[in-house]
Amino acid sequence: MRAAGRGASMLNSRHLLGIKDLTAEEIMLYLNSASSFKDILKRDIKKVPALRGRTVVNLFFEPSTRTRTSFELAAKRLSTDVINFSAPSSSILKGESLLDTALTVEALGADIIIVRHSFSGVPHMLSRHLRASVINAGDGTNEHPTQALLDAFTIKEKKGGFGGLQIAIIGDIIHSRVAKSNIYCLKKLGADVRLIGPATLLPECFRELGISTFNNMEAGLEGADVIMMLRLQLERQGKGFFPTTDEYFRQWGLSRKRLQAARPDAIIMHPGPMNRGIEISSDVADGGNSVILEQVTNGLAVRMAVMYHLDERKEQ
Amino acid sequence: MRLLIINGHVIDPSQNFAGSAEILIEDGRINTFAREGGINRTGADIIDAGGMWVVPGLIDIHTHLREPGFEHKETIRTGARAALKGGFTTVCAMPNTNPVNDNAGITEFILKMAQAEGNARVLPIGAVTKGQKGEELASLYAMREAGCIAFSDDGRPVASPVIMRRALEYAKGFDALIISHAEDPALADSGVMNEGLLSATLGLKGQPAVAEEVMIYRDIALAELTGGRLHIAHVSTKGGVRVIRQAKERGLKVTAETCPHYFSLTEDAVAGYNVNAKVNPPLRTAADVEAIKEGLRDGTIDVIATDHAPHGREKRTRQFDDAPSGISGLETALSLSLALAGEGVLTELELIGKLTQNPAGILRIDRGTLREGAEAELLIVDPQRRYVLDAEKMISRGKNTPFDGMELKGMVMKTVYGGKVLEWA
Repeated sequence: MRAAGRGASMLNSRHLLGIKDLTAEEIMLYLNSASSFKDILKRDIKKVPALRGRTVVNLFFEPSTRTRTSFELAAKRLSTDVINFSAPSSSILKGESLLDTALTVEALGADIIIVRHSFSGVPHMLSRHLRASVINAGDGTNEHPTQALLDAFTIKEKKGGFGGLQIAIIGDIIHSRVAKSNIYCLKKLGADVRLIGPATLLPECFRELGISTFNNMEAGLEGADVIMMLRLQLERQGKGFFPTTDEYFRQWGLSRKRLQAARPDAIIMHPGPMNRGIEISSDVADGGNSVILEQVTNGLAVRMAVMYHLDERKEQ
Repeated sequence: MRLLIINGHVIDPSQNFAGSAEILIEDGRINTFAREGGINRTGADIIDAGGMWVVPGLIDIHTHLREPGFEHKETIRTGARAALKGGFTTVCAMPNTNPVNDNAGITEFILKMAQAEGNARVLPIGAVTKGQKGEELASLYAMREAGCIAFSDDGRPVASPVIMRRALEYAKGFDALIISHAEDPALADSGVMNEGLLSATLGLKGQPAVAEEVMIYRDIALAELTGGRLHIAHVSTKGGVRVIRQAKERGLKVTAETCPHYFSLTEDAVAGYNVNAKVNPPLRTAADVEAIKEGLRDGTIDVIATDHAPHGREKRTRQFDDAPSGISGLETALSLSLALAGEGVLTELELIGKLTQNPAGILRIDRGTLREGAEAELLIVDPQRRYVLDAEKMISRGKNTPFDGMELKGMVMKTVYGGKVLEWA
């Protein structure tokens, strides 16, 4: 795909730091290209030479298997050289060494640096000091933009579009970077977003974004086309956010019975890894409405599209 | 030295005076304050202050000088020099140094260093508790004898209500002032900015405004119980202003300060993870800014203090969550405060009063005045002079300011202090 058709980039930035900064056109560019890459992934030979000679570094300061593997494979499918750099957690304590680590990685010739960090804003800080493209693979409780893009891609595949869609996001909203990126993404694409969860994890300030919030699961699920479950961080228990995981499931867990409030053709999504029996029952997770594994497959295509277009933007 | 200042617009709240006057300084003291002018010019050096304000040297009730222990952030020399440039001839140094100023030895060290340097006068503030740990009272009386002007665990709240009660009771025995860093630490819960939609969408942990309000309420209740002298540091919230206003209406003797950033900026300055806008208490909302201004206007807030909190260069390469809090404020406080007079929030007398007469009254020091006989400490200020702040050119070692690159209005041209005339522009 490289030689032909690389015209002026539609992207405003050479980094992907968050969905917050993207226009709906930029989001659609990624989603449309992801379709092409998904076709490639269905071939016998799944690799294209689009980014041959480029170096991609996975710079993960937080443990991750799924996201890192997905980025790694996506980069390999584009024929880049990939390095996984998992920084020891001790070095994340000092900002100097964090920046030094990134500069070192760049000096090794990285063209794209994929960053995950437990502090919000780290990719933004690094992007100000690096010439390489920075892709945010999850920063603190801020954003996880490629997850939102792959979720939007999945919704588009299943539902055809976004206008008028009722999308419910359920769980620990305030601490979820997946929820945040999805809120911005789906709002920009024209869907109706509602948030459901305990008030301790779902502050009312989100209403200022033009989003409805529900503390009652049944009311929130009423007529939903898409149900997006979030992983509950179990360490929140015992900090006053909710009493026990049993009680959490009792109120906000997705069971077959609760599912009846939503539309019959509602799809069920989860960014993984799931806590079965805590936020979602096994029969629902494995049931006919679940698209959870397709999300994983689509993640590859979306991440290929992101790297491809950021590289194109950089060439200008 | 015989120094005559003519043609200036003189503002001295201690004499409730704003108008033209001539001031004659002799032997380091205000010799003559002549409202009608006409002072004999023979043998005098003359400062023509035409178009300028002439005001008493400012008093900062809340400064961090960082020495001993954090000399890469600031020293007594650089901080007290930055103070003079900013118009502050007296600064009160908070005790969160290393070691903490929680004993007379450290107090004496700070005073000795400050005297040797000859920059702005430094009045140390002692810690309320040993090591600022909030567990045991520090030796308040010995520190007071050594020269501490007040006591505070600033930077940390006194979390235990019973320790705060004892501090207010004990200090009352020698009429000492307790300054409260009003933040309920459990409610603030290590939040790094104001809690609200912006903290949620930046993914930063917020601390709710009520963390300030409930602590102010607690400390006022304890001051009422004990009869101790209480001053509330860096008020930043609408609720905080309301609680102090109610206390004053009930006749309690509590006093309060705010800082220029709390009436000049909102939390929006944090957007983009701007570590230079990270400060504690955090920048708040537009409604809070309006409430702070109203509190200044109606006298609920007595004092404008800098909370000068310099940090080293490492601050800018830190991620927001673990960057230190604070703004290097001595060299911008007057410009930012002058905007309040420009906006009509305060009269020029009220404004200068909150920087001179009011802190002097709370600290019970005979300064911040141009009365005849007082030590000659005054400023020549050009209230119209515009400049773009270049943090790198500040005297303070702390270049951490969210006002870097902004155009500010109002500049100290000369500081008369210690028998010298220091020229800044």
